Amino acid sequence: MSDAAIVHGHGDNPTHFAHQFETLEQQHDAGRLGMWVFLATEILFFGGMFMGYTVYRSLHPAAFAIGSHLLDWKFGGTNTAVLICSSLTMALAIRSAQTGKKKGTIIAWLILTMLLGATFLFLKFRYEWYHDYIEHTVPGFGFHYRPEWGAHAPQVQMFMCFYFFMTGLHALHMIVGIGILLVLTWMAARGRFTSQYYAPLEISGLYWHFVDIVWIFLFPLLYLAGGLYSR
Amino acid sequence: MSDSSGHSAHSVHEVHEHIVPLSTYVGVFVALMCLTVLTTGMAWVDMGRWNVVVALIIAVCKATLVVLFFMHVKYNKGLSRIVLIGAVFWLGIMITFTLSDELTRHWEINPQPWVGAIVPVVRHLLF
Repeated sequence: MSDAAIVHGHGDNPTHFAHQFETLEQQHDAGRLGMWVFLATEILFFGGMFMGYTVYRSLHPAAFAIGSHLLDWKFGGTNTAVLICSSLTMALAIRSAQTGKKKGTIIAWLILTMLLGATFLFLKFRYEWYHDYIEHTVPGFGFHYRPEWGAHAPQVQMFMCFYFFMTGLHALHMIVGIGILLVLTWMAARGRFTSQYYAPLEISGLYWHFVDIVWIFLFPLLYLAGGLYSR
Repeated sequence: MSDSSGHSAHSVHEVHEHIVPLSTYVGVFVALMCLTVLTTGMAWVDMGRWNVVVALIIAVCKATLVVLFFMHVKYNKGLSRIVLIGAVFWLGIMITFTLSDELTRHWEINPQPWVGAIVPVVRHLLF
C-alpha cells in the first residue's frame, strides 16, 4: 500500500480525513465534484419547469402578462436583493474559514446567511402567498376568475400554477438550505473548520448559490413577464 | 493507489485553494445588485417581444457572475467545470428540441413573417 495509507494507519490524521483518499485535497475535489453532479440533476429538474413555462408562455403570452400583474414586483425585487446579499455572506463564511478566522466569525456569517434566507421566506409566505390566498389567486384554493380576464382566465390560472410550483419548489430548496446552514453552524461551533478543512462549507455554498441562481431567473420570468409599463 | 510520491506525510493534509480577494466578492455583489436594478428598470420600457430577451440576457450575466466567482468555477478547473458545461448543454438540448417542435406546429395555419422568408430557402436546400 501507499505511504499515504500508512500515514492513515498511524492515527495522526484529522478525523475528517477519510481513509480512501490519498490526500485531503483529493478528498476536497471529490466532494466538490459530487455536489456539482447533484447540481447538474437540479439544473435539469428546474429546467423541466422552465421548459413548461416557456412553451405555455409562447402559446398564451397575453394570459401570462395578466398573470404576472397579479404578482408584486416590489416583493420579488426585494427578495432578489435579499438572496444576493445571502450569497455574499455565504461566500464570506467560506472565506473566513479559508483565511483561518476564529470560529465566531464563521458562525456570524452563517447566522447572517440564515437570517437573510429566513427573511426571503417570511416575505414570500407572509406578504405574497398569504395575499394570493386572500385575493383568491391560488389554483386549487378557491381560485376566482375575474371578469376583466375574459377568455384568458383559464390560462391566467395556468400561469399561477407555474408561479406556485416554481416558487414553491424554490422555497423548499431554501428551507433545506437553512437546515444545512444550521448543521454547518453546529459544526463550526464545535471547531470543526480550519483553513485546511472547510469542504462542508464550500460544498453547501455551491448549493446555496445555485438556489440563488434559480431565483435570478424566476424573478424576471414571473414578476416582470407582462412588463411594468402596462400596469 | 500504489504511488503517493510527491505527497509527503505533511502535504497529505494540506489543501491549496485559491482564496478569492474580498474586493472581488464585493465587486461581484455590487454588479449583481446593479443588474437587478437594470432588469427591473428595463421592464418599464415597452420593447415588445424583446423585453423577455433582454431580461434573459441580464439573468444569464448574473448567473455567470455567481457561477464564476461565488461558486469558484473561475478558479477550479477540471471535472466540476465539465459537469457544469454538460448540464447546461443537456438543458440546451431539451429547450432547443422542444421549441423546434412546439414553435413550428402551426406554420401552415398561422405563418409568421420570418417563416415566409425562411421556408423557400429551406425548400431550395432540401429539395
